Amino acid sequence: MSAGILITIVLVLAIVGFVLGRRRAVATAGGDGRRLHSLPGYYGQSVALFAAVPALLLMAVWLFMQPVVIDGRIGEMIPDSAVPDGGSRGLVMSDVRRIADGIEQLVDQGLVSETDLATMRADFTNVRGRLGEVGIALGSNVSPGVFEAAKVYRDANRTGGLIMTIAVLAVAAACFAWSYLRIKPDLRARNISETFVMALLIGSSLVAILTTVGIVASLVVETFHFFQMYPASEFFFSTTWNPQFRGGSDLGILPLLWGTLYVSFVALVVAVPIGLMIAIYLSEYASKTLRSLAKPAIEILAGIPTIVYGLFALITVGPFIRDWIAEPTGLGSSSSSVLTAGVVMGIMLIPFVSSLSDDIINSVPQAMRDGAYGLGATRSETIRQVVLPAALPGVVGAILLAASRAIGETMIVVLGAGAAAKLGLNPFDAMTTVTVKIVSQLTGDTEFASPETLVAFALGLTLFVFTLGLNVLALYIVRKYREQYE
Amino acid sequence: MYDNPLTKRDAVTKEVKISARGCQVYYGDTHAIKDVDVDIEDKTVTAFIGPSGCGKSTFLRCLNRMNDTIDVCRVEGDIRLDGEDIYDPKVDPVQLRAKVGMVFQKPNPFPKSIYDNVAYGPKIHGMSRNKAELDEIVERALRRGAIWDEVKDRLDAPGTGLSGGQQQRLCIARAVATEPEVLLMDEPCSALDPIATAQVEELIDELREQYSVVIVTHSMQQAARVSQKTAFFHLGNLVEYGETGQIFTNPQDPRTESYITGRIG
Amino acid sequence: MTDATDPSAQPAAAPQRRSSLLQLDERTRRRNAAEARFRLMGLIAVTIGILAVIGLISSILFNGASSFRQTFITLDVYLDPAKLDKAGTRDPEAISKVTTFGYAPLLQKGLVDTMAAQGIALDGLTAKQAAELISKEAPAQLRRYVMADVSRIGQTVTFDVLAAGRIDGYFKGRVTMESAALDRNVSPEQLMLADRLKEAGMLRTKFNLDFFTAPDASDTRPEAAGLGVAILGSAYMMLVVLVLALPLGVAASIYLEEFAPKNRFTDLIEVNISNLAAVPSIVFGILGLAVFINFAGLPQSAPIVGGLVLTLMTLPTIIIATRASLKAVPPSIRDAALGVGASKMQSVFHHVLPLAMPGILTGTIIGLAQALGETAPLLLIGMVAFVREYPSGPPDGFFEPAAALPVQVYNWTQRGDPAFVERASGAIIVLLVFLVIMNAIAIILRRRFERRW
Repeated sequence: MSAGILITIVLVLAIVGFVLGRRRAVATAGGDGRRLHSLPGYYGQSVALFAAVPALLLMAVWLFMQPVVIDGRIGEMIPDSAVPDGGSRGLVMSDVRRIADGIEQLVDQGLVSETDLATMRADFTNVRGRLGEVGIALGSNVSPGVFEAAKVYRDANRTGGLIMTIAVLAVAAACFAWSYLRIKPDLRARNISETFVMALLIGSSLVAILTTVGIVASLVVETFHFFQMYPASEFFFSTTWNPQFRGGSDLGILPLLWGTLYVSFVALVVAVPIGLMIAIYLSEYASKTLRSLAKPAIEILAGIPTIVYGLFALITVGPFIRDWIAEPTGLGSSSSSVLTAGVVMGIMLIPFVSSLSDDIINSVPQAMRDGAYGLGATRSETIRQVVLPAALPGVVGAILLAASRAIGETMIVVLGAGAAAKLGLNPFDAMTTVTVKIVSQLTGDTEFASPETLVAFALGLTLFVFTLGLNVLALYIVRKYREQYE
Repeated sequence: MYDNPLTKRDAVTKEVKISARGCQVYYGDTHAIKDVDVDIEDKTVTAFIGPSGCGKSTFLRCLNRMNDTIDVCRVEGDIRLDGEDIYDPKVDPVQLRAKVGMVFQKPNPFPKSIYDNVAYGPKIHGMSRNKAELDEIVERALRRGAIWDEVKDRLDAPGTGLSGGQQQRLCIARAVATEPEVLLMDEPCSALDPIATAQVEELIDELREQYSVVIVTHSMQQAARVSQKTAFFHLGNLVEYGETGQIFTNPQDPRTESYITGRIG
Repeated sequence: MTDATDPSAQPAAAPQRRSSLLQLDERTRRRNAAEARFRLMGLIAVTIGILAVIGLISSILFNGASSFRQTFITLDVYLDPAKLDKAGTRDPEAISKVTTFGYAPLLQKGLVDTMAAQGIALDGLTAKQAAELISKEAPAQLRRYVMADVSRIGQTVTFDVLAAGRIDGYFKGRVTMESAALDRNVSPEQLMLADRLKEAGMLRTKFNLDFFTAPDASDTRPEAAGLGVAILGSAYMMLVVLVLALPLGVAASIYLEEFAPKNRFTDLIEVNISNLAAVPSIVFGILGLAVFINFAGLPQSAPIVGGLVLTLMTLPTIIIATRASLKAVPPSIRDAALGVGASKMQSVFHHVLPLAMPGILTGTIIGLAQALGETAPLLLIGMVAFVREYPSGPPDGFFEPAAALPVQVYNWTQRGDPAFVERASGAIIVLLVFLVIMNAIAIILRRRFERRW
């Protein structure tokens, strides 16, 4: 039974529970709703909630845990001899999974019957060939141990699914019955269902914590695996980035970090002055009409997805910089370059910097401006010497937030900066960044359990720590700044 | 509080510093100041009194064109400083404000050091040739502001760290540092406690020796204490203007009398 | 107050600057010049900002507008029974055994015959070279047409087939005679033939509905590539995001805004939410890969995984917007409900939430718009895969491979044929149109229900 149908059944049960619970409440009160502690709807609600929520929770946890438990059991089954030299148990496990998938499809399409399957053995049948029929291509022939493991894996999954269906339905039915039977006129149904709803509300707000935990756990665990295969000192201090398909890669983060910081620096050099001047001009000088037109126009930039900027870099800005600046001056010949990505990213950040600065500049009290005007300062003197210094912490916070955005930006650099990991100073050269390499290492064809793939997690962790640090610092500064004027 | 011997006030007519004729101010469609004529004398404290919203602060802000910073505000009529029309298109408000300084209702020190607060005006107007001269100007201003003794040991401390009364005296010092000829004060004591108020009032009396001071105040007692001339505003009109003693003891207009005796306001 | 009368405090020689107001002194003139310069810098910055908007949008429109039109060749094809149904039984099973290779000769013959009928000479080109004007996708088109109704076999039908990408590019100005001379895939003679076909009315450029409905096509057939699977995939993901993020976000906001006590635990949640809002999107992709695919074993490239990842990503946006609109409901409303004996929960669900709904919906739509344009995390969960099959209807379709609009754009930028740049830009126009519609709805909602308390 598929998960979708199971969910539908549980939900139908909940609706039925609502109707029945409500009816029973009215019936127990002898048809007089006033004798009930709560409105009849609350009795229905409590039954519906009890029927649906525990069952669905169980199902979610089960779906999440089942693969983990089964993987653990199958992992023990695989004989050491089935693990090829230089390979890892993880690789074999992924083979097992794919073979199991293939068997499932073979059976589904009626190419192999269950009985045939039971007697099918890898030493006699060409398993690889048969799996090819359903589009599962394997790199090598299937060893008997792996094939048996795959069969067990498939069985375990099917049994697991069956038990889950039964368990979920049983829980739903049991909770339904219990909450239905306890309906009495003096049952405090409103309090019960409100407590339940409260639990759901708290649960929902926990999702944020769970997400953070998920991010940190997945990054840390896989990074740990990576450092078991590849020395951490090499990763942090090596100046070469040169992944190979067959091991022996150099995976130094320094060239990537350099590219990231260089591109971000160019982006900030573009975005900060322009964004800040836009904010100043629109809030201090511009007429009402200009402000009401220019502000939304520039904010359009903030709503445009980054892939659009990436394409802009790829087809317009890159060739323009190459043909009009880099090649005539002989400084470079590549259309993807630090400058291309930096300039386009700078454009992306303009509305970000300008709207943050706008808020911050406007939060400087008018009295401060009056004080300067009263002394005979011109507008620009007031802005540069009084408003900006007063707003400085806030502006610095905004710039840090923009920097964190720039460091984590992916699509613009993927399409605009290039793929060559290089430690150089020429902004017309293609360089690469941490995010570009996360994408390329995780979308390539290398095996998951190899250092070449796992390095992406170490890169991700570095990125996460960097941006988190910047954000925390920026938010702290901005908050301190806000308090100053409250 | 009427124990101030009003009769002792110096009633000699002095040179006219600012003269306004037919001054009108509009905020968008609102006619905020209606046809005000007034002559403000040099080396005199002139008080503007009147109920809230009567336009006294608005008129004050016309005198150094602070209203220019408000988009919807429009000023008509003729206001002259030493005989020169301050709304002449050739006049740069920046230069005007160097001559006509202003102190605001709420103390508004810049978030800089005490020294930099006071030095700001002289710096932008280029009043000193070197650091030593600037130091001298700052010290002189702080002494004039009657706050030198309290801050001389911590000139580098932020101006925002001072108490309310100290902040206001710092703002006055900041205003006098540019050597203005007229000093406008918009309810300078409304945010201060009685002791700080007394200090500032004493200061105003001393400033009169060199400047023409115009003070907007809500408190009639304060007007009586510090000013020589008083103007009473009501609903945008200048109702009565004359010697402080005469306004308070023998008002000509019934509206002034009602206000002074507490029936309107 | 002794210091004010201190002799040293008296101005040594009170520099009375009796300068006239009507004359600008040198210093004021310099300061005014600085003022004007500063103002000009501001104006330049605003101009740059607006030019950037115009440049960005016009570059995309300029490159992509042509993808909505496509060149077709109209020809009469004889659906030869001898080729398609040798047995003559009209048995669909048997006919389906004929692959697209079996249909290609029919098209070639059809083209040559139609040209002959119109009196268009081949001019030294072989029939095979002439047939290269037709897209490689055309035989599949014809096959689908036949399979839809096998009784058409034996008839001569007039059929609009796709022209090859280079021919299409020629009429859109991407391919010129000079570039064709250097191109392996097309020759100037073929382009001249295309011109003659156009004069004869056999070749037309018309609106290309297939761009919105067709699936992706392989590297050599840019003319056939469409957005159908991507639009469907994106729609599925948006559905997942809407169904999960809206209730979760609203529930979390209600708790945090209305019920949560002020303690370390709720502080932790708040800090988490504000940090999640600033975590780079690609990190969410890594989370999706590690947790949903590797750990929970969900399939790669599936809209459900994309939807889950995007849900986690948009959740902070929705929570922040929802909390702002809950906060905007004045406490008097809550007090009024509590005053008549409603429970706290009732006051929130019956009064506060309905009043905050427009704001919540606006925030949700803006969150969805963000999610719709997000690319990076989807790359990591395998949505870059080449998918030609439409996913089936929900709920099974959520677990089947699909593409997504922004990823399709990325995909096309990675192809060799420059014709894909046009497609990518066209796809962006489609994406932007969706975003404009969503934002317009959000603005209308905000305007319509804007309330001043």
